[in-house]
Amino acid sequence: MDTAASNQSTAEADGKDTTLIYRQSRWTRLTHWLWAFSLFFMLLSGLQIFNARPQLYIGKQSGFGFNNTILQIGAENTDNGPRGFTEILGHRFDTTGVLGWSGPPGQETPRAFPAWATIPSYYDLGTARVVHFFFAWVLSATLLVWLISSLVNGHIRRDLAPRLEDLRKLPKDIVDHAKLKFHHTREYNTLQKMAYGGVLFVLLPLMILTGLAMSPSMDSVLPWLNEILGGRQTARTIHFTVMVLLVLFFVIHILMILAAGPINELRSIITGWYRTDPPAKHDQPTERSA
Amino acid sequence: MPNFQISRRKFLTSASLGLSGIALSGCDTFDSGLGIGGGLRSFLENANGLTYRAQRLLAGRDALAPEFTEADIRQPQRPNGVTAPDDDTYKGLLADNFADWRLEVTGLVEKPLALTREQLQNMPSRTQITRHDCVEGWSCIAKWTGTPLSLVLDQAVVKPQARYVMFHCLDTIEQSLSGGIKYYGTIDLIDARHPQTILAYGLNGKPLPVENGAPLRVRVERQLGYKMPKYVHRIELVDSFANVGGGRGGYWEDNGYDWYGGI
Repeated sequence: MDTAASNQSTAEADGKDTTLIYRQSRWTRLTHWLWAFSLFFMLLSGLQIFNARPQLYIGKQSGFGFNNTILQIGAENTDNGPRGFTEILGHRFDTTGVLGWSGPPGQETPRAFPAWATIPSYYDLGTARVVHFFFAWVLSATLLVWLISSLVNGHIRRDLAPRLEDLRKLPKDIVDHAKLKFHHTREYNTLQKMAYGGVLFVLLPLMILTGLAMSPSMDSVLPWLNEILGGRQTARTIHFTVMVLLVLFFVIHILMILAAGPINELRSIITGWYRTDPPAKHDQPTERSA
Repeated sequence: MPNFQISRRKFLTSASLGLSGIALSGCDTFDSGLGIGGGLRSFLENANGLTYRAQRLLAGRDALAPEFTEADIRQPQRPNGVTAPDDDTYKGLLADNFADWRLEVTGLVEKPLALTREQLQNMPSRTQITRHDCVEGWSCIAKWTGTPLSLVLDQAVVKPQARYVMFHCLDTIEQSLSGGIKYYGTIDLIDARHPQTILAYGLNGKPLPVENGAPLRVRVERQLGYKMPKYVHRIELVDSFANVGGGRGGYWEDNGYDWYGGI
C-alpha cells in the first residue's frame, strides 16, 4: 500500500548504485504463499482423484457404449511384461515407469500417476477428496481476499492491468526473455503481466468453475454452467487441462526466478523489498522499465 | 458405488510391502496423519461440513438436478459396486422374482410399513432422465422410474426426532472377520424428501436389472453414486449415526468417504 517512492533507500553499503524498493504488499505476499501451499496439495490430491478414473471424455457423460475418450492412462500386458501407456487423441505413447505402470523395481503396480505424485502415495480416493476439497476452500477464499485487497490497494490497476505500451514493448520483452536478459524494475514486464494475469483472472477462476460444474449439487444450482462448458465430462477434461497449464506456469515461474536472481526475487515475495537495477546512463528514468 | 475394493486392498498391500523401498519423503509423513480418526484428517474433514452447509444454502430443498432427453440415453446404465449379490437371501428372493420381497420402513416412524413391489408400483410414480455421477469421475445418463421416497415417508409418518434415512441393503459388499458386511448408507431428510429422490424399480423403460440394484434402489440426484444404495430392503429412520455401521453414516463413509456426497 505504500508507494515505492516513499520507501526508496539507496543501497550505498555494497557500493552499487541500486535501490531497494517496497514492491509487494503484505496481501500479495500472504496470498502468494497460501496459493503455493494449497495448489501443491490440490495438485497431488487431484492426481490421486484422477487415478480412480484415468480417462478424460468430451460431453455430458462417459462413453462406455460409444467412444468419446480423448485421453487415457493405463497398463497393458505385452511380450515384454506389463507396460504403462498414455493415449492422447488416439496417439499411444509408452510411459512405463511414470504413467500407467510404476513403483519400486519389482513392485510396480498399475496406476495412472505414480506414488510420488499423489496424496496419499497409496491408492485412496476418499482421503484425496478430503484433502482436495479442504484446499479448494482455502484456494477460493485466498483468491477472494487477493481480489478485494488488490482492488483496494491498487495492485491490479497499477501492476497487472495491461496498457497500450505493454503491447508495444512485447516484441523486445520476448527477445529479452529469450536472451535471459532481465530488467529489475518496480513494474512487471509485459510477459509477466500476461502470465500472472492469465493465472489469476483466467486459469484459477476456470479451475473453480469447472470444479463446481462437476458437483452434482451445484449442477442443480447452476445448470447453465455445464451447458456453457459442454457437459460435466468436458468440464472434467478442462479441469485437467487447466491443471497442466498451471503446472507449466509453475515450471516457467521457477525457471524465471532462478534466471532473474533467486535471492532478490525471493526477498521481494517474502519481505516485499526488491532491489532494482541502477538507471542506465543514457536512459530517461521513465524508460527504465523497458 | 466404486468398484475398487479388491484393487484398493492390493494397492494397500503393495504400498506397505514397498514401504521399505520408498524413501521417507514428506508425503509419506503426510500419509500417516491422514488415517480415519486422525487429528489432521478430522480437521480437513471439516471442509465437507462447510460444503454441505454452503450447498444446502445455495440449492435449498427443491432445486432440481438437470434432466435430459431420450436422445441423451446412449448406452446401458453402467453398473458399479456389487453387480450380482451372492447372498442366499437375495438369491432366494430373486429366484421367486421378488414375490416375497418387502420394503420395510422402520425406526422413528409412527406406522412401520412392509410394502410389496405391487404396492410400491401402485403408488404415484416419477420418471426422470438424469446423469449418474460416480465418485470415481465418470458419468452415465439413464431414465429412472420409481416411487418418490417422500410418499413412502408420509405413509409411515416420520417422528419429529428423526434426522436421517438409513438404507439397509441385501448385498454383501465386504467380507470381514466378523462376517459379511451388507451395504448401508444414510441421507438427510432434505434429500429424502427432494422431489427427484425416488425408490427406483424401473431403468430405461424396463424393470430394474439385478446389476443395477433390483428390485429397488435409491436415486438421490444431487449426490454421487455411493449415496444411492442398491438392493434396498429396509428403510430405517434414525436420529444419529451412532448405530449406523462404524458411526460415520454409511459403508463407504466408514471407509473414508465424506458423508456428504454432493461434490
